[in-house]
Amino acid sequence: MNALYSLVLVFALVLIALFGVGSAHMAGLFGTMLPYVAVAVFLAGFASRIIGWAKSPVPFSIPTTGGQQKSLDFIKHDRFDNPVTPGQTFIRMILEVCCFRTLFRNTSVELKDGRVSYASSKWLWLFSLLFHYSFLLIVIRHMRLFFEPVPACIGFVEFLDGIMQIGVPRLYMSDLLILTGLGFLLGRRLKDPKVRYISLVTDYFPLLLIIGIALSGIYMRYFAHVDIIAIKKLTMGLVTFSPVIPAGISVVFYIHLFLVCVLLVYFPFSKLMHAGGVFLSPTRNMPNDTRIKHHENPWNDPNIKPHSYADYEDDFREPMIEAGLPVEKES
Amino acid sequence: MADLPKADELFKSINYTPPSTGWMDTPVDTSPGNWCYPAKAEKLEYLGFPNPREWNPADVDWKLPENWQDIVHEGFKERLDKYRSLKVFMDICVRCGACADKCHFFIGSGDPKNMPVLRAELMRSVYRKDFTMAGKILSTLTGSRVMTEDVLKEWFIYFYQCTECRRCSLFCPYGIDTAEVTMMARELLHLCGVNINWILEPVSNCNRTGNHLGIQPHAFKDIVDFMVDDIEEITGKRINVPINEKGHEVIFITPSGDVFADPGIYTFMGYLMLFDHIGLDYTLSTYASEGGNFGLFTSADMMKKLNAKMYAEAERLGAKWILGGECGHMWRVINQYMDTMNGPANFLEVPKSPITGTVFENARQTKMVHITEFTADLMKHNKLKLDPSRNDHIITTFHDSCNPARAMGLLDEPRYVIKNVVKNFHEMPEQTIREQTFCCAGGSGLNTDEIMEIRMRGGLPRGNALKTVQDENGVNMLSCICAIDRATLIPLANYWAPGVDVCGVHELVGNALIMDGEKERETDLRMEPLPGKEG
Repeated sequence: MNALYSLVLVFALVLIALFGVGSAHMAGLFGTMLPYVAVAVFLAGFASRIIGWAKSPVPFSIPTTGGQQKSLDFIKHDRFDNPVTPGQTFIRMILEVCCFRTLFRNTSVELKDGRVSYASSKWLWLFSLLFHYSFLLIVIRHMRLFFEPVPACIGFVEFLDGIMQIGVPRLYMSDLLILTGLGFLLGRRLKDPKVRYISLVTDYFPLLLIIGIALSGIYMRYFAHVDIIAIKKLTMGLVTFSPVIPAGISVVFYIHLFLVCVLLVYFPFSKLMHAGGVFLSPTRNMPNDTRIKHHENPWNDPNIKPHSYADYEDDFREPMIEAGLPVEKES
Repeated sequence: MADLPKADELFKSINYTPPSTGWMDTPVDTSPGNWCYPAKAEKLEYLGFPNPREWNPADVDWKLPENWQDIVHEGFKERLDKYRSLKVFMDICVRCGACADKCHFFIGSGDPKNMPVLRAELMRSVYRKDFTMAGKILSTLTGSRVMTEDVLKEWFIYFYQCTECRRCSLFCPYGIDTAEVTMMARELLHLCGVNINWILEPVSNCNRTGNHLGIQPHAFKDIVDFMVDDIEEITGKRINVPINEKGHEVIFITPSGDVFADPGIYTFMGYLMLFDHIGLDYTLSTYASEGGNFGLFTSADMMKKLNAKMYAEAERLGAKWILGGECGHMWRVINQYMDTMNGPANFLEVPKSPITGTVFENARQTKMVHITEFTADLMKHNKLKLDPSRNDHIITTFHDSCNPARAMGLLDEPRYVIKNVVKNFHEMPEQTIREQTFCCAGGSGLNTDEIMEIRMRGGLPRGNALKTVQDENGVNMLSCICAIDRATLIPLANYWAPGVDVCGVHELVGNALIMDGEKERETDLRMEPLPGKEG
């Protein structure tokens, strides 16, 4: 049901853009106003979420360690799973953010022959990596629409992406890969009963929305053959703050753009913020050095004292003396 | 207890297919067996915890304070402002499900609310309703819900089916730590007087008597004397054990389970024999006679209050540094909380082994060394005379305790010690050891008999791994470095791998140690005949 709600929602968004531009002729609104609003909401929202998290202190250093601690010289220290220096911690984070290292260790459980068995399960790692990197490539490729002249590095990414040289216009690998990645993530959510059970509308919606964006983009490029010169005029108008609505842009473009705007607006208020949050996770971004260095808790209450030894001895002095235990005060 | 199903029946009853009703619509089962006994009013009163009363979780009326919803809301808000971890963990979960089958309670029960992601969603759903704009407006779509009494009851049931072992955190791509979520949920429950006796009574005992079992100082001395007698009987050597004495170099603190309960006492005898053998200048303390900090399972403030005794006593007795025994959550507190809460302990010195001269740089700040670090260093420097053949009747494996493994990374030190004193050592399957270790299912205060079925279910992954090495390698001993483990793994092994016994690492050390002037040993520390001495 949650998947269906999300699908209906994404369709509704497509229809809004379709009728908004196609029938109501509000290209100005969809082509210039909304993108500005969306980018503004995205930036402000993203920043405010990060600031919101950062406002709360990290009272205790609580890294989850994934390997041998640094201790005696003859015991090999696992530097990147159990870092003690900022440098080691940085590398742990890089591996996490760039390689999804934690997901790489994923296993799945099965009950087999009267035993619990564990199998390596790297599909989630593989396909989420595929999805995220294709997304990144696609975003970089799209930057050519916002620069004049196009910087060489963007051209290079584009060249690599299309290096297979299939078809005209040349097929971008990332287009296929992102759909593969998204398809797996969606399929897994629907197929695995455990994951389906925990999935909310807010899990399906962004997946379907991004699928909608990818499909509309692919349709534009390979099937509708939209007027890319006109589109670039529009995008350049946006970045130079002199918006124009050139004639001859297909309504498909506005649908694509509208879905992107929705994604941008939705992003800061949703689980998509894991993109920012992963950097702030105290179990990963801290070194395991609290036995080595002092860590400060800003709200540590100095008034909390132990039940004092004096009170303890008052309570038990007689039997202590009788048992021959040393006491501070003979009764 | 009586209706605990047989192991194979319990195994067959596990089903990973979730129910047909959504989790918000699946009512919580509060029938007996699903919860630990509530805390006695007198314990709450003594500790100054809110809403002390007699109540029963099976009743409809939990006798909550009238404004309990406000209390939870305010408490939640306060903790979001105090802990970035909580705020971030409430927001960034993408429900990828990588954690789902990592929890021992889920693996053994199939109850989807035992999937770490869903356990946290029990709290997140309320967070969304109370603290996010989208959750306030679009409740069903965003998975938010109002905090009702049923939700509170659900929290009580499921946050006391989490042992804060952090295994899920290891597998979470964002490092979301359910232990942190559980700790916060339990703090909120405490604010309404919803808590369990098996945590509150130890806390109250620790506060008054210094240890969670409530052993008073003279009784503590008696127990130590008994152990000294036993050591004399086994080795022919009378050793001296200083208690509460000032002016010694080291103060030794271990969980009181080692002092009190079988088989912990054998581990304790091992410590004492080792200290005598190397001539360590140390003392025990009755005031700080507990390493395990049950405050960790109530609130940050209580954890701090109980932990503070260690430094206070070290200062009073004029020790230079602290040596700590084999304990699980004690080391989580020492590694991740102690210096922050109660330090810096500048009246102490950076720990340096008086025998080998090794400076423990990794304990420079807390001034507290783990006994397996200390002993491994002794062994590396050949300071111990050992006869591993005295452990030839033991074929052992090693259980990594969750807390030292995942909050500290104490993995190889105990293995190094074991391999020096036991010839027959076998690792359990790799997905169940080291940082991936499985909980004993009795940690975080759940080591109580009224939830035995839940414990046995949660103990399945550990029990199964143990059974594997029992079948394949003839393992008959499960060694560990945690006093809670030494209590909880016994019923677990009896249930899932009958025939395997449980011991601490320093019991094995004590067996192998050749003390100066000792007689030829005929029994091990359990007074069982050594191999070849059965006659």
